[in-house]
Amino acid sequence: MNVLILSLSVLLAQLCLALAMVCATIRMLRGPRAQDRVAAFDALYVSAMLLLLTFGIRSGTTLYFEAALVIAVLGFVSTAALAKFLMRGEVIE
Amino acid sequence: MTLAVHLPLWAAILVAACVLLGAVLTLIGTVGLLRLRTFYERVHAPTLGTTLGAGFILIGSMLYFSLAGERLAIHEVLIALFVTVTTPVSLMLLVRAADYRDRLEGHDPEAEAERSAG
Repeated sequence: MNVLILSLSVLLAQLCLALAMVCATIRMLRGPRAQDRVAAFDALYVSAMLLLLTFGIRSGTTLYFEAALVIAVLGFVSTAALAKFLMRGEVIE
Repeated sequence: MTLAVHLPLWAAILVAACVLLGAVLTLIGTVGLLRLRTFYERVHAPTLGTTLGAGFILIGSMLYFSLAGERLAIHEVLIALFVTVTTPVSLMLLVRAADYRDRLEGHDPEAEAERSAG
């Protein structure tokens, strides 16, 4: 019974998060400007990180947790670098 | 779903509700990113996913691994702390860059926002 409840709700949650990634990808492809694409990329990596966490709940291992942590760290660094690039035209001055 | 057989029913329902609520909130945030009209409105929307959405999914994951593994699993707090600290920083950097670019091209974002609101 509880296995059924958990697997159904985790499956639904994964569908929602995949749809969220699709929405962010559409915004990233449509633009219209560079800052829209960077904001959409930010939403995309957060959804991907949450999707990995739900995969971790489904499989019952903490391996996915470490991948999610790496995505969070690298995503922050890349968004900050992209914002810096939009501001100045170069990342490291 | 190998660990789920050790869970009591109330815990399974609680974890399921947390995970599902977090995923739906994240979806609402990205739909806002897709549908709002200007950049300065759009940049607010996905923060619903990074605060409430991530919070609920991480609480669900913490409950699941703590109750099924019979030991306290709080390493998800790391991700929650990190995401909560870094999202405002990166989005403020981004909005300042967008504001700078708009002013460079002769647009005034504040005046245009007031005109569209009023």
